[in-house]
Amino acid sequence: MAKRIDVTDVDIFYGAFHAVADVSMTVEPRTVTAFIGPSGCGKSTLLRTLNRMHEVIPGAHVQGSVELDGTNLYAPGVDPVAVRRVVGMVFQRPNPFPSMSIFDNVASGLRLNGVKNKKVLSEAVERSLVAANLWNEVKDRLGKAGIGLSGGQQQRLCIARAIAVEPQVLLMDEPCSALDPISTLAIEDLIGELKEKYTVVIVTHNMQQAARVSDQTAFFNLAAQGKPGKLIEIGSTEKIFSNPDQKATEDYITGRFG
Amino acid sequence: MSVTETGESEALDPTRSPVAGHKDVSAHTPVPAVNPSPRRGAAPRASDSRSGVKLAKIGRAGDRTFLGVSAGSGALIVLLVVFVGVFLLVLALPSLLDNKANFLTSQEWKVSGSELRFGIAGLLWTTVLSSVVAMAVAVPIAIGVALFITQYAPRRVAGPLAFLVDLLAAVPSVVFGLWGIAVLGPRLVPVSEWLSTHLGFIPLFAPGIRSPGTVFVVAIVLAIMILPIVTAISRDVFMQTPRDHMEAALALGATRWETIRTAVLPYGRSGVISASMLGLGRALGETIAVMIILSKPADNAGFVPSLFAGGETFASKIANNAQEFDTPSKTGAYIASGLVLFIVTFAVNAVARVIAERGHAKS
Amino acid sequence: MSASITGTDKVTLTRPSGARTIKNSLAAVYVTLATVLAIVPLASILYSVISKGFHLITSSSWWLQSQRGITPRREGGGLYHALVGTVEIALICAAIAVPIGVLGAIYLIEYARGKKVARAVSFAVDILSGIPSIVAALFIYALFITVFGFGRSAIAVSCALVLLMLPTVLRSTEEMLKLVPDTLREASYALGVPKWKTILKVVIPTAFSGISTGIVLGLARVMGETAPLLILVAYGQGINFSPTSDVMAALPTMINSGRDQAQQMPGYERVWGAALTLILIVMVLNLIARGIARMSKLKEK
Repeated sequence: MAKRIDVTDVDIFYGAFHAVADVSMTVEPRTVTAFIGPSGCGKSTLLRTLNRMHEVIPGAHVQGSVELDGTNLYAPGVDPVAVRRVVGMVFQRPNPFPSMSIFDNVASGLRLNGVKNKKVLSEAVERSLVAANLWNEVKDRLGKAGIGLSGGQQQRLCIARAIAVEPQVLLMDEPCSALDPISTLAIEDLIGELKEKYTVVIVTHNMQQAARVSDQTAFFNLAAQGKPGKLIEIGSTEKIFSNPDQKATEDYITGRFG
Repeated sequence: MSVTETGESEALDPTRSPVAGHKDVSAHTPVPAVNPSPRRGAAPRASDSRSGVKLAKIGRAGDRTFLGVSAGSGALIVLLVVFVGVFLLVLALPSLLDNKANFLTSQEWKVSGSELRFGIAGLLWTTVLSSVVAMAVAVPIAIGVALFITQYAPRRVAGPLAFLVDLLAAVPSVVFGLWGIAVLGPRLVPVSEWLSTHLGFIPLFAPGIRSPGTVFVVAIVLAIMILPIVTAISRDVFMQTPRDHMEAALALGATRWETIRTAVLPYGRSGVISASMLGLGRALGETIAVMIILSKPADNAGFVPSLFAGGETFASKIANNAQEFDTPSKTGAYIASGLVLFIVTFAVNAVARVIAERGHAKS
Repeated sequence: MSASITGTDKVTLTRPSGARTIKNSLAAVYVTLATVLAIVPLASILYSVISKGFHLITSSSWWLQSQRGITPRREGGGLYHALVGTVEIALICAAIAVPIGVLGAIYLIEYARGKKVARAVSFAVDILSGIPSIVAALFIYALFITVFGFGRSAIAVSCALVLLMLPTVLRSTEEMLKLVPDTLREASYALGVPKWKTILKVVIPTAFSGISTGIVLGLARVMGETAPLLILVAYGQGINFSPTSDVMAALPTMINSGRDQAQQMPGYERVWGAALTLILIVMVLNLIARGIARMSKLKEK
């Protein structure tokens, strides 16, 4: 069910502020693409335009097109709610719904979209928790509160929640930045497994992480504060980390700035 | 449920080229694609049969209904407030126009005869006097309690203590009235007498009536009633004093009191003032406690501006005469006085809000 | 402070100078006294109502009988009639005020946050929260009785109380909705859940205990309100369940109607019994509200 993403000439604005300028890229199905770059370079912003989540902020708008296997997500008449059903997202901090149990958290996406059949729900919950490597840890306490889990478990719960609705693409916005090293490792292993079914795009501050998990890496930068962020270079992770075309990329990778 | 159905057959089919049907996309190579021919405006339609993604049709009726209902509630509240104001004004106007006395400066109140003669001077005086004295008594005590709870008391004591003061807020005002006239009032009579004997040359302390039904007793009861409100808000702002302000003072060798004076009180000042104004607003509009305690002067008795006299406030006047609202002109007179109370309370609350917001902006 | 720096060569670790120590102690004495002074009235009120009213509320007839046919000189009877009125009036009020208040708060936080229209609504709520209860009562009197020509009724009381409860419910709901982190809303949107469902199934359940706390506190407040009862309905000693009748007892008016009796009369004691009952009800509601707040899934900032 993985899909290819084509980003073409995308410009992102918050009101009058030009946040990201002129980005075009292609993400192949069943790959992991990492977005790296210094803070404020627009990598999270771009990620959020891939499922139209940036529109939650008033005044945000986008020029250009983002296509999922040829369907322009920004074509007139496309409902952002429908887009988000096919492009799932995992956030920086684990955010399980505090009012729901572990089971209900994973089932929430299906349930809130109208699935009532108990059998379908429990199958989806088990499948997703297994896929998120969490099933063995929580199978005996599915009725317990989701916020009772550890941070790493919560994040895997959120991943299970995101994949329970069987999206085509999974976006991850610095999914490990709030986690300890052991939990981070668990999530990274999980990302490796997820790419067999999903197209994954991950924003990370951690370059080692980008090197470990991704097939393709995109480096973003901005000329100065207040200027729009730009895509400097995109290529196979191996190339970006060993022999990048741009000097800025090399400087960033080797830790000379950022 | 479109999510689970969407595109499984197509997407899971590995033989299907992801590129098929997308000849017009110029760059599939994973290098920055400088697209020579932007296709803005020429994008395929979402429901295009060639496209690999089926986007679910989302019903927007739910969103529209919910937005409508909640926006309707917001609008209803605005309309309600406007309506209350306009409506009271419309009902009060005829009586105000027929009024033969000066509405603002007269102390008369004759609304049942052939001629309407009413003024609010006496009501305004008693209302403001009792509330201001209440505030003057309550605020220093409330600050003391709030400081004790936040700065002095150990945690184990502070929690229950705060709870006790909050309990005071749970006592209904009718009970305050009952307690005020039956228990507190008689105990305050000697205090009133001592004050009027020794300070009686000041009109405010002139001897009045020898009963618990004085403005003084009302003011003390109102002070007790607003104490929990002022304490609770002061407590909150004192609690939020930045730790580093206090530690800076302590590091300079300040005593506990000096720390409070230099760090806690300045930080909490606007919060305390705004809390006091809110308390004042509450005191101005209090009805039943005032009505129970305050003794109504005889109709022919002159107006005595003393703390130790009886009297009537806006609220007690209206409540005392509730059974007499039989003609529109009479009712209009009471509504006119109610409007003045509304305006005064509103002004006080507005000041409280402005001070609170300024304090917020500063910190 | 300067004394210890310039005045002596030795490092002094003794207490600061005399005047400063005295001021410090005086402040401590003052705040302690203030606290004692604040507790005294509460103790006195509780002592008064308990000593005069406690023996009444322990009998079952107090809770199960009305005052019908009971003169101030006679002992007996209860406050069932007033309890019925208080609960009924409060529930009708809540049934109107809670939906409008909660939806209004949802509008302010979920739809209109940061917009001009939100400021207008918020300003209206501020005005509403400052309306004295007597003015609210007067408004309903003028509207229902002077203009529409209805008689006095318990429903009219409920409507006046709506004006008082509405801002309480709205403001507390607003505060709770503000505490719901945006990340939860985003998590729901990211699952392709429409906004209205996100609000109903994610935001409201998360804030539920806080919202209930506000509602219970609002109920406690309106149950103790007296002014609208004085103006909008007559007190009667019998039991009446009909909210449209012009006679309905309530606890505050039961207290008010009996307070003029001579001190030795059984009727006067019943006033204190009613006061104790009313305090108990309001305090229990407050405790319930605290209990619900403790179960909250949100941490206060």
